[in-house]
Amino acid sequence: MTSQARDPAELGPRPEAEVPAESCDYQPENPVEQFLRTDRMPHIWCPGCGIGTTVNSFARALLEAKLDLDRVAVVSGIGCTGRVAGYVRLDSFHTTHGRAIPFATGLKLANPNLTVVVYSGDGDLFAIGGNHIIHAARRNLDLKVICVNNFVYGMTGGQLAPTTPVGALTTTTPYGCYEPAFNLPALMDAAGAVYVARWTSFHVRQLTRAMVDIFRKKGFCFIEVLTPCPSLFQRKNRMGEGLDAMKYYKEKSKVRHGAPTSEVGLTIDGDIIVGKFVDRERPEFLDLLRSQLAAQLGDRYVEVEHLVCS
Amino acid sequence: MPKGYVAINVERCKGCGFCVEFCPTHVLAMSSAFNSKGYHPPHVVNPEKCTGCDLCGMYCPDFAIYGWKAPESKNGAKSDAAR
Ligand SMILES: Cc1ncc(C[n+]2csc(CCOP(=O)(O)OP(=O)(O)O)c2C)c(N)n1
Ligand code: SF4
Ligand code: SF4
Ligand code: SF4
Repeated sequence: MTSQARDPAELGPRPEAEVPAESCDYQPENPVEQFLRTDRMPHIWCPGCGIGTTVNSFARALLEAKLDLDRVAVVSGIGCTGRVAGYVRLDSFHTTHGRAIPFATGLKLANPNLTVVVYSGDGDLFAIGGNHIIHAARRNLDLKVICVNNFVYGMTGGQLAPTTPVGALTTTTPYGCYEPAFNLPALMDAAGAVYVARWTSFHVRQLTRAMVDIFRKKGFCFIEVLTPCPSLFQRKNRMGEGLDAMKYYKEKSKVRHGAPTSEVGLTIDGDIIVGKFVDRERPEFLDLLRSQLAAQLGDRYVEVEHLVCS
Repeated sequence: MPKGYVAINVERCKGCGFCVEFCPTHVLAMSSAFNSKGYHPPHVVNPEKCTGCDLCGMYCPDFAIYGWKAPESKNGAKSDAAR
């Protein structure tokens, strides 16, 4: 952890010892280790699942952005990705399905000093939670949303999601998906997000940089990360193992920073446009609220440091 | 002296092969050995080529491997202070 010492007992046992490398007496810890609830390892994610890879970028971004870890909160919904909240050694909340954004909204408004990260799946955020996320973006609430997109509902057995590409086989579309999918960056752009990017779990360094960007930016920020789901999406579609998906992302991804989000929709076998698409300024929700109240109420409105009276 | 080192926590590994595939200097290969869950972990085959870039650590979805740079003292030799 950083300099603010926490009670070690609170954090659970220290990570188990690593197998030492040959002939080196100096061995630092794995940078991700301090962010993990090691007592819960090994995690439940399947071999070759890409969710864990995104957590590596998240850990390095937290270190690089030098955030006060006691002021970072992670909120997840339900799903394989939702497990992130249970595995990170930070204040974290595993909420109900689709309600990560409402929960995060309350957290941020009650304690504006927090950096509130929403880490959840495409189904959780855009199917059951779709209404919440567009309104959070419209309000430009200061939330950092990391959406892991594996094109299906992973946890419940690989059903169709709003992101499933046309033609893909899923448990609930045995003859192929015929519903048009959401283009998540375009949706977030249209709704008002101030930062919109897409990367894949192959782009570990770029993803880390994007996460640092959003930790430093005020307002509603959105990163879509495409990840392998070998057990369900790939198996149904005969797309091989996790590693095959990683190689596929490497081959098919084209970096186009600033690409119009209307042009970055995904298809089952087309190019994958990645990059930072939107980075703009809009007044943030809490600032709007405060200035409106100040303008309307004048000296009958006061801002205090501590929102919870004791 | 290698520029970097890599450590593997074999028992956490699920044998996905990401680290072997994406190590830029081909330090690793999948081992024929099994861990206690029956997965094949990676094996360090070219330790002298490791740069300590930690790309393996960034890719590993199971937090089972990572690399680090060899500590250097002012005259370029390995430092005892950092040990
Ligand atoms: C109210 C409610 N409806 C349905 C479910 C079942 N359910 C659990 S996870 C999930 C979808 C998860 O998909 P996604 O968010 O894409 O996450 P993934 O597992 O793919 O990471 C569903 C429908 C639930 N837990 N609660
Ligand atoms: S079902 Fe898919 S998303 Fe869920 S842990 Fe397995 S590979 Fe990952
Ligand atoms: S630290 Fe870099 S060079 Fe060394 S094994 Fe890992 S990926 Fe390869
Ligand atoms: S990336 Fe991790 S889980 Fe995959 S083979 Fe390498 S050490 Fe094992």
